Amino acid sequence: MIAVHLPILQVVLPLIAAPLCVLFRARDLPWAIAAVATWTAFAISGLLLAQVYSVGVISYEIGDWAPPWGIEYRIDALNAFVLLVVSGVSAAVILFGRDSMLAEFGRSREYLFYTAYLLTFCGLLGVTITGDAFNLFVFLEISSLGTYVLIASGNNRRALLASYQYLILGTIGATFIVIGVGFLYAMTGTLNMVDLAGRVQAYGANTTIVVAFTFLVVGASLKLALFPLHLWLPAAYTYAPSMVSAFLAATATKVGLYVLVRFVFTIFGPEFSFVTLSLGLPLAILALVGMFVTSTVAIFQNDVKRMLAFSSVAQIGYMVLGISIHTMLGVAAGLMHLFNHALMKGALFCAVGCIVYRVGSSRLDAFAGAGRRMPWTMAAFCTGGISLIGLPLTAGFVGKWYLVLALIDRGWWPLAVLVVLSSMLAVIYIWRVVEVAYFRDPLPEAGPVEEAPLSLLLPTWALAFANIWFGIETSLNVNGAFAAAESILGGFGS
Amino acid sequence: MNAADLILVAVFAPLVGAFLILVAGDQRANLRDTLMVLASVATFVPVATILPEVSAGGLPRVDVVEVVPGLPIAFEVEPLGMLFALIASFLWIITSFYAIGYMRGHHEGNQTRFFACFAIAISAAIGVAFAANMFTLFFAYEVLTISTYPLVAHHQDSEAQRAGRTYLGILLTTSICLQLVAIIWTWFAAGTLDFTPGGILAGKVTGPELGVLLFLYMYGIGKAALMPIHSWLPAAMVAPTPVSALLHAVAVVKAGVFTVLKVIIYIFGTETLRTTGVSEWLIYVAGFTIVAASCIALTKDNLKARLAYSTVSQLSYIVIGAALATPWAIMGAAMHIAMHAFGKITLFFCAGAIMVATHKTEISQMHGLGRRMPFTMGAFLLGALCVIGIPPFGGFWSKWHLVGGALDAGEMLVVAVLLISTLLNVAYLLPPVLYAFLLPPKPDDHDLEVGHHQHHGEAVALHSYGGEGHGHRDLEKRGGIREAPLFCVVPLCLTALGTIALFFYVEPLFGLLYGIIEAGTVTK
Repeated sequence: MIAVHLPILQVVLPLIAAPLCVLFRARDLPWAIAAVATWTAFAISGLLLAQVYSVGVISYEIGDWAPPWGIEYRIDALNAFVLLVVSGVSAAVILFGRDSMLAEFGRSREYLFYTAYLLTFCGLLGVTITGDAFNLFVFLEISSLGTYVLIASGNNRRALLASYQYLILGTIGATFIVIGVGFLYAMTGTLNMVDLAGRVQAYGANTTIVVAFTFLVVGASLKLALFPLHLWLPAAYTYAPSMVSAFLAATATKVGLYVLVRFVFTIFGPEFSFVTLSLGLPLAILALVGMFVTSTVAIFQNDVKRMLAFSSVAQIGYMVLGISIHTMLGVAAGLMHLFNHALMKGALFCAVGCIVYRVGSSRLDAFAGAGRRMPWTMAAFCTGGISLIGLPLTAGFVGKWYLVLALIDRGWWPLAVLVVLSSMLAVIYIWRVVEVAYFRDPLPEAGPVEEAPLSLLLPTWALAFANIWFGIETSLNVNGAFAAAESILGGFGS
Repeated sequence: MNAADLILVAVFAPLVGAFLILVAGDQRANLRDTLMVLASVATFVPVATILPEVSAGGLPRVDVVEVVPGLPIAFEVEPLGMLFALIASFLWIITSFYAIGYMRGHHEGNQTRFFACFAIAISAAIGVAFAANMFTLFFAYEVLTISTYPLVAHHQDSEAQRAGRTYLGILLTTSICLQLVAIIWTWFAAGTLDFTPGGILAGKVTGPELGVLLFLYMYGIGKAALMPIHSWLPAAMVAPTPVSALLHAVAVVKAGVFTVLKVIIYIFGTETLRTTGVSEWLIYVAGFTIVAASCIALTKDNLKARLAYSTVSQLSYIVIGAALATPWAIMGAAMHIAMHAFGKITLFFCAGAIMVATHKTEISQMHGLGRRMPFTMGAFLLGALCVIGIPPFGGFWSKWHLVGGALDAGEMLVVAVLLISTLLNVAYLLPPVLYAFLLPPKPDDHDLEVGHHQHHGEAVALHSYGGEGHGHRDLEKRGGIREAPLFCVVPLCLTALGTIALFFYVEPLFGLLYGIIEAGTVTK
């Protein structure tokens, strides 16, 4: 009975939990509420994924209003996969958050922070689960508003500026999306994605449709921080609290990518997007240039969080490159990297969070001597870093391997070589941190530092371990990504 | 236990050892060092136990995990890998003892990290030796690179850090930018990465593309130190001597040339190479490396630097053998892995023993040292003769086969290169011994003039990473034999005698390696 309502529970539980945090402000209660809500959402997303794999697409009619009039939640192999990524990483990060946030944010307005967190979480899940284009915009705004608060709660004053920057650019992105959706509604009179798909694709290359397409793609690209629309991201990740950086890096941009994929493949269809409008070429160029430029910029950063932020933009390039190939293999590789990158950046940002917790800074100097004094933290950082570089037996390798295969398969082998070469840049920026941590003596003013507490280490290691696990036992990330790619590509390109 | 279990034990015993070493830590140094020795024995015994089966033509195999369909991490022991694993694991036992003597005698810091990384590196070397496909080999190859970085940068001063960056930079860049590309290309062309007798590329990649692929592999395997990507090897000599001895004369560099052999025999196929002639350029490059590196070695006064360039030169013997791709040449190349390993590890052990006992690093300081350290310098002589390659030393057999292979292929130039190189070997390896035994100590040597001692001690300290001149003052007034600690001297005598044993008892080695020719892996 209750299983039928899982789709709505996925979104509504965090939504209800958010105001509960304000009501129950007692010590640690808001965190506990957030944690329970996150873990429940994680469980639900697991159940949903299993359901999708066993019975196929789930359609849930809100308030029993039949689509296309009512809002439909429509879960296929693609968004069930993304839901699992988002809720899974959040489940680890929320455990990490308790002590980390106490140290960085304090207790006084803790309840407000967790309220904002839950709203963001609810928004991200909603964007992913909904089958209604306007509903998607609404959830996107909910998550964005929550994110502005989360970023601004960093204890550096520049966090406010970073949040403001994101507010401006995020609003532009959301506006673009709503304009695009508006055009589509004007043309077709419907907002349900499946319904839209049939009608839009019947129009062909109509000017209004093309304009709507452009607005939607640019808007989604802003949200997913595709180079050169990534300018909001580095500052936001750098000055947000550690837990927020880990949370956003592993979820927000992933959902942005999902939005792009959903619009391009489900609503407009691969035929229109990639054959009529040849979206593949500009996406591939931006992704490649982004990979090299932002990886290079990452090498010169002296703040490790900022470095990882630039690295995120570069990694988004890999995902977008996979999508731009628009073959089964390519889209699957892109989605696989979405999964894997969430794990890597989750682990890396959490490890940095451990350093911040003990040393109080995420600057490179703060890592000096960490290899000896915080061996477990640095081991987790190395694991995440190795996965990011893409060594075999880590999750990162699997994604890159399929990406390279997809490129060669498509005949773009020079790009395959470039992808391999770009890994070298990751080696350099990760190595800078490793070298400082293991081979430089700690700063004298840093004082005695010990290993991070277990409450931080365990979630960090859960994520680091996942990087190894999904590099060896690849059935979930590989098969999941292929199932997702199949669900949106249908018979296209095969 | 069957052979599959033994393979896993051999690969994972050093890893378990590394973990135990870390647990024991600096506080329980004796326990830690005992554990290391036990781990080395636990690695060698299973390797040696597999030997009869492999000699009899068996190919024991074990699949560990399949990461992506068609890309398993799997191990399969064939004669070449057997040979390499046998040497690496056997010499690890000897080096363990030597390392205990050296690290304590030289008062090195961070010994726990050092021994743990050392063990991980051995595990990776065994992994390279036993890899059943190029994917597994690549993985183990990269683990070997990364696990040896802390050893190279061990002293953590700016020189060590610079050397470490060179080391890691060259090895990682070449392996990722060239080797990995070549591997992906191979996978796409052949649909497999398994090491298959006769190669997997025949007919799949042809014409100039085959040449490009060979180039990508040969320069992607940076550990083989072909010029001009050899500079990581001399740079790595800032590492403590046991590292130079085992890793940079045996495990790391031999992993490189071993990979070259594997790629040429099991990926390209010797017949493909011979009929297409794509490896012609490789013969010239390797020949040039042999001569040029020997000439550079002549100019080096620092003993370890001289030995490093000698290694660069000797590695190209193996590459040249692989490039010739005739049965004799392949035999010679494979045997040179063993012969050079014993010869060069002896030389490095001696260099380290001299450093521990006298803090001398430059050859010009070693005049008259033979009277003080007769065992060490005697062993140096044996090691040098083995590398030069005259009977009754093991090095003779590999050179003999290489020359035979070159004649077989009609490459007179290679014969000339090998002969010139032998002369150059004599010119740069024998003088240190001759100076040590025949020349009197230099007048400003602190062995004689105690008055100069203070000043000299400082100079020496600069040379040898903060060695302490004062403690030796009393000792140095006395004449006679003053060797390095027994832990250092006994291992180097053992490996020196090993070079002779390899000449007389080479039969099992022949038997093992003939396996690859008899099975048609290397066609005539």
